[in-house]
Amino acid sequence: MIIEARNVEKSFDGAPVLRGVSFSVEKGEALAVIGISGGGKSVLLKHLVGLLTPDAGEVIVGGIDIACLDERQLLPVRRQFGMLFQGAALFDSLTVEDNIAFVLNRERRFTRQEIDQRVEEVLDVVGLNGTQKKWPAELSGGMRKRVGLARAIIYRPDILLYDEPTTGLDPIAADAIDHLIMRVVQQFKVTSIAVTHDMRSARRIGRRILMLHEGRVYADETPEKLFKSTDPIIHRFVNGISELAGVI
Amino acid sequence: MTSSARQFAVEWFSGLGRGTLLCREIFASLCKVKPVWRDVLYQMYFIGVKSQSVVAITGAFTGMVLCAQTYFQFHKIKMDTATLAVVSVGMVSELGPVLTSLMVVGRVGAAIAAELGTMRVTEQIDALRTLAAHPIDYLVVPRFAAMLLVMPLLTAESICVGIAAGFLVGACLLGIDSTYLWYHMIHYTDMNDVGTGMVKTLVFGAIIAVVACDKGLNCPQGAEGVGRATTEAVVYSSIAILISNFFLTLVLNSVLP
Repeated sequence: MIIEARNVEKSFDGAPVLRGVSFSVEKGEALAVIGISGGGKSVLLKHLVGLLTPDAGEVIVGGIDIACLDERQLLPVRRQFGMLFQGAALFDSLTVEDNIAFVLNRERRFTRQEIDQRVEEVLDVVGLNGTQKKWPAELSGGMRKRVGLARAIIYRPDILLYDEPTTGLDPIAADAIDHLIMRVVQQFKVTSIAVTHDMRSARRIGRRILMLHEGRVYADETPEKLFKSTDPIIHRFVNGISELAGVI
Repeated sequence: MTSSARQFAVEWFSGLGRGTLLCREIFASLCKVKPVWRDVLYQMYFIGVKSQSVVAITGAFTGMVLCAQTYFQFHKIKMDTATLAVVSVGMVSELGPVLTSLMVVGRVGAAIAAELGTMRVTEQIDALRTLAAHPIDYLVVPRFAAMLLVMPLLTAESICVGIAAGFLVGACLLGIDSTYLWYHMIHYTDMNDVGTGMVKTLVFGAIIAVVACDKGLNCPQGAEGVGRATTEAVVYSSIAILISNFFLTLVLNSVLP
């Protein structure tokens, strides 16, 4: 087991967001987390990498409870993770190549040539070779996400986290990102956890789907079982049927 | 106590606590992690080189107006040649450090708070953390170190330009004997004044870096949050500089009489 959350609780300004979330992820597994907007999916993801600390409960990564670690103790734990943020979160003061090579540049274990080569390799993977000298502001939303993915995979992490990887993209760009995620999982044999409310994306990138509802894990199923579920809450969510349907 | 006064007190004390913790983290980082000198040099360029024109203009016109005002008073009691000595002592121990710091607050403190605030609201700081980089090591320490290295130089520049401008106004415009003007300036300005000014500027530099970084790193969400963090960085730094200047003057004058 590579990641385990045990009864994780989190509130913001007294409003509970997570009310005792428990689940585990095996090495090499591809998990999709679904749930309504504002339902705590991104909050849960941030707990897994130690960006947020739970009010109660434990987050175990590689056998270590990271909820007890301070920022500096978390650094080596985070080295196992790569994360693609909702808005890509590229450093806007750095070029594409400096963004991607950020970790390698700081570690100073590689020569300039080796770094350039690895940047080229990962840009090939995401189909953006040739954009090395561009600035993040010059890229489209889809391109930014692909650069964000390249930045996350260049140092070969064991676990990849995706926060709403297809949100805000047109269907073609979203499809490209989905395929990229699937390719990365296969090519690099990483454990992946993707948070999304795009059902098509969840079905394709998750071998297992976790549904959050009212701050708890409501369902933990394979995509096939989840999409065939007759549970009214799951059925309404995966088919995009609001409570207003039939009323108006 | 009204709720707004209580809220103000809570915010003030929590800000003070955050600032203290940030100082502790900065010193821990300086002890544990070797600073990236390329980042420090870039910040020195941004804070130091790019602030020179503002600082020089402020120093020059402060020296000039101080010289003119002092002359108008001293002329009444025939002490014209002591004019530049007043300009010098005033610039070295008080006006140089304070006005340079206030200019740096406006130009650099605001920029630091806005840059870090924008990084926070666009999740760039979270991205930094997931890339196993400590925000204090990568963002705060280079700015803090650069500020401490650059502030004495900027203040020295401001003081020199201010005294030179005062000398020109005194000698060329007001017709004071240049030899006595210069002699009295050298005679009445001693190294303790210089020491006082340099200690003050180091403290002010640390205040600017800590307050601006704290406001940026703890910026509320949204564009409004970045705006508020920037404003607060400038206001709180300026107030802290003016208040600490008074206490530093008292303390340093008893230590360096």
